[in-house]
Amino acid sequence: MTLKARVIPCLDVKDGRVVKGVSFVDLIDAGDPVESAKAYDAAGADELCFLDITASSDNRDTIFDVVARTADHCFMPLTVGGGVRAVADIRKLLLAGADKVSINSAAVSNPDFVAEAADKFGNQCIVVSIDSKKVSKPGEEDRWEIFTHGGRQATGIDAVTFAEKMVKLGAGELLLTSMDRDGSKSGYDIALTRTIADKVSVPVIASGGVGNLDHMVEGIRDGHATAVLAASIFHFGTHSIGEAKRYMAEHGIAMRLD
Amino acid sequence: MRVAIIDYGSGNLRSATKAFERAAREAGINAEIELTDKADRVASADRIVLPGVGAYADCRRGLDAVDGMRQALSEAVEASARPFLGICVGMQLMSSRGLEKTTTQGLGWIKGDVVEMVPSDPTLKIPQIGWNTLALKKPHPLFNGIKTGEDGLHAYFVHSYHLAVENPDDLIATTAYGGAVTAFVAQGNKAGAQFHPEKSQTLGLALISNFLRWKP
Repeated sequence: MTLKARVIPCLDVKDGRVVKGVSFVDLIDAGDPVESAKAYDAAGADELCFLDITASSDNRDTIFDVVARTADHCFMPLTVGGGVRAVADIRKLLLAGADKVSINSAAVSNPDFVAEAADKFGNQCIVVSIDSKKVSKPGEEDRWEIFTHGGRQATGIDAVTFAEKMVKLGAGELLLTSMDRDGSKSGYDIALTRTIADKVSVPVIASGGVGNLDHMVEGIRDGHATAVLAASIFHFGTHSIGEAKRYMAEHGIAMRLD
Repeated sequence: MRVAIIDYGSGNLRSATKAFERAAREAGINAEIELTDKADRVASADRIVLPGVGAYADCRRGLDAVDGMRQALSEAVEASARPFLGICVGMQLMSSRGLEKTTTQGLGWIKGDVVEMVPSDPTLKIPQIGWNTLALKKPHPLFNGIKTGEDGLHAYFVHSYHLAVENPDDLIATTAYGGAVTAFVAQGNKAGAQFHPEKSQTLGLALISNFLRWKP
């Protein structure tokens, strides 16, 4: 018996609708996050992630309805992030049916919020989402920095130090996104993933850059992540969840195939 | 039949309620699933479910804060011996004591303390988050028709602590995470899952329907 590596599809949701779209199944409404969630549930996803990128505060409440309708139909673990800034946001998401919430910019601007959230809801439901970029020059020792505002704004904060601090404050899991690799299809930043995964005691989810199934194998095997997150590779039907999991199993990674 | 899921301000109760409704529907069991924070609704329920996420002490405080709930549990579960299922911290509360952060008295139904997991393999992460299989230590009606073992179905775990059971008779199933970790306990009419049946898809729905049919 072994804990299995997890494959986590991530859906970007804006104003209650899926952004980028999902083209892999005959969905009645490809823009409805709940339809996509149901399809991923049936396909054997180990967990599902919603990232709310709604900009207008008027439409912020749409995510609660999406989460609630998803929880009504899907009996799989659900992580929701985007705009989580206060204990009240977390409570509402959990009540709607989320199992875990991910905290991103608020963890950078107000690290104590992570401690407050972990004390209130338990470390196991607090995921800190870390966006970083490589800032070391070729030939220098690898160094990564935290970036905010979708990777546009540097903070000067070292990513490894920040990750360790978040765990100390109570993060139960880290969602580690390489902003260099995000959307590049060139694979996870393995050095970044492994450096942080080897330093912290909590599980690390690798994110940003998946272009093929070997990348997912590498995230676990070489990056020492316990879960791999991917978006477009699944949404556009390049590969199914089942294919990905079988491929990883064929390459020596313990997977849940029931 | 009426199943009371106890709402004491802890956890993801919506998905638990929905999972019980779906399990009942799919198994053709006529059951009303009621999420309630009222002690009298629990005392008079046919079956009782105690969910829970977060820290042991917080959950215990939350349970005690609901007027008459402790008494209702005594009446229904101890005196009337109605079927009870604890989930995650709801299961851990069945123990003698919880040692998470501070020492907290449990309900005292299953002898043993809830202790931190210390995996023998230092590369294993805490919390254990994800899917693992179960080793059945002895048969139990809640596992009827559920394939366990290395090639069996998976259960979803999210936890850093587990119940170190004193009496081996109470231990129904374990999982492996750098050593044996308590996954399921039972004694008489009381059962408890460390994993989340409401999130465990095939295994979870089967276990919930077995609970709805259970005649301890």
